[in-house]
Amino acid sequence: MNAVSRALTDGWVITKRNLIKIKRVPEVLIFVLISPIMFVLLFAFVFGGAINPGDGVSYKEFLIGGIFAQTVVFGATFTGAGLAEDMQKGIIDRFRSLPMSPAAVLVGRTTSDVVYNVLSLIIMALTGLLVGWRIRDGALDALAGFGLLLLFAYAISWVMAWVGLLVPSVEVINNASFIVIMPLTFVSNAFVPIQSFDGVLRTIVEWNPVSALTQAARDLFGNLPPGETVSDAWSLQHPALYTLLWVVGILLVFVPLSVRQYRLASSK
Amino acid sequence: MAVAGNDGDEGVDELTEMISATGLVKRYKNVEALRGLDLSVPEGKVLALLGPNGAGKTTAVRILATLIKPDEGTAVVAGRDVLNDAEGVRRSIGLSGQYAAVDEHLTGFENLEMVGRLYGLGGVASKARARELLERFDLSDAGDRPSKTYSGGMRRRLDLAGALVAAPPVLILDEPTTGLDPRSRQQMWEVIRELVGAGSTLLLTTQYLEEADKLADDIVVIDHGRQIARGTADELKSQTGGERIEVVLVDDGDRDAAVAVLGQVATGEVQSGDSERALTAAVTGGADSLSQVLAGFAAGGIAVLDIGLRRPTLDDVFLSLTGHATESDTDSDAGSAGGEGA
Ligand SMILES: Nc1ncnc2c1ncn2[C@@H]1O[C@H](COP(=O)(O)OP(=O)(O)O)[C@@H](O)[C@H]1O
Ligand SMILES: [Mg+2]
Repeated sequence: MNAVSRALTDGWVITKRNLIKIKRVPEVLIFVLISPIMFVLLFAFVFGGAINPGDGVSYKEFLIGGIFAQTVVFGATFTGAGLAEDMQKGIIDRFRSLPMSPAAVLVGRTTSDVVYNVLSLIIMALTGLLVGWRIRDGALDALAGFGLLLLFAYAISWVMAWVGLLVPSVEVINNASFIVIMPLTFVSNAFVPIQSFDGVLRTIVEWNPVSALTQAARDLFGNLPPGETVSDAWSLQHPALYTLLWVVGILLVFVPLSVRQYRLASSK
Repeated sequence: MAVAGNDGDEGVDELTEMISATGLVKRYKNVEALRGLDLSVPEGKVLALLGPNGAGKTTAVRILATLIKPDEGTAVVAGRDVLNDAEGVRRSIGLSGQYAAVDEHLTGFENLEMVGRLYGLGGVASKARARELLERFDLSDAGDRPSKTYSGGMRRRLDLAGALVAAPPVLILDEPTTGLDPRSRQQMWEVIRELVGAGSTLLLTTQYLEEADKLADDIVVIDHGRQIARGTADELKSQTGGERIEVVLVDDGDRDAAVAVLGQVATGEVQSGDSERALTAAVTGGADSLSQVLAGFAAGGIAVLDIGLRRPTLDDVFLSLTGHATESDTDSDAGSAGGEGA
């Protein structure tokens, strides 16, 4: 317990350090916030009329949940890139020579990236509201939806933290995350209704956690076609629970793995 | 007192060893960075680890600071084993690495405050300590600017301040003045002297014999991961022939007469220099020897083109100890500064 509370106290010190960087180099933040706006606008206006997700729901409305999911998952790339950058700079030697928690650098990085994701969710929600997206199931449900998105992104952050420590190069991280996250978000119901997938691909889509996350978000925002069963798969019948199980599973595996890798990588 | 010349078996028992390392070996893919290095620093003393680029200085420092583990050997710092009690070691040391470990986006104040909090000093104490150290290192005015805007010397001082936040009993400084201009170097020397005056135990690495001479009680010279000499600066200098008088004669017909004059003060044989007319003699008497030689030359009517007293550099130590000059490794930044030592 002592180790955990130290990881949190020291982690918070590192979080604040990372947030100061956002303040000092606001260009990064601007980029982080512009790309979700672009996503919302592009998808809403380019594909908005081309796909019909089902009766009574516009594609724009349907799409927003998917864009939320994709953007916050992509946000995890920052965790990997940020850590890779830290590992390459001398500052990590300072941290390693201090009697601080070995998890603190990771806790701090993943936490400050939650702040990035909160900001980009706010921006996306506002843009979404502008192009016609609505929250139709009450504020509490909507908050739960945002919470679930952030939780899942937080878990993916720990995966990317591990990758960032494994391959401490910002360029490689950016490419690697693209290779992983693009298929993860596109082979899901984020942009295309699940009915349009067949066979094995359909099974993959149904059990892809990003599908469950998107489904849960749509459900909580009240953006699902009314009364329609999209899939019989358990994962999509209980999307929030299934997403939470993934969150727990990922954290159980990748928190210890990343901490171990941090110790190894920084002591070469 | 500093250990007298040899390996230090005698006379040190009553002193507490704050750093002691035995048989350190560290291998990398293509090189053995350390091949059985022993180190010992008694409490309150300064040991300089002197060696050219690639000698293994940083590797030794990183092992003592628990940043890497040795493949063989053990080290105890402030009574704690680097392998079994890394955290205990970290509580007792302040490290200033070869490259300043400061966060460039943070101000000087924020850097120091962060380090204080990570030592567990708490917010109020961390802030107070940060201000105090900025003041002491002449960084108060720049304290609220991002450290990105600092000069090399300022960064270096901020990094050293970071090592002092928790007032650790043992300080480890890796090439604290490499790459600094002469004025910043002088400043750094003053700071280091103050620290030692206040009772810190210090291990410092350097490529400059002059620096080791000025700051250290004891010097370990390493090359290719091994100790090649150990002693005080004076002992090393005398081992290398100490100071030398170098003469260039106008006429090489005076050569024999000049050798005779030099022979009276030389500690060894008088050697030929680069040309027929150049001579070198190792001396111990410094300026006295020089004036004696000048008087002898005047009496014998020997004309000189150039004459001077030369103090030994790391290169000379190396030449005499290993028979080869220092061969710089990859590191261009430190390499270019390597010549300006003495
Ligand atoms: N991480 C590393 N990987 C491979 N070789 C290394 C590594 N660190 C140091 N070396 C090698 O070990 C030797 C000693 O290096 P170092 O301790 O940095 O020397 P110094 O600090 O005296 O210049 C050099 O040949 C260097 O190239
Ligand atoms: Mg070095």
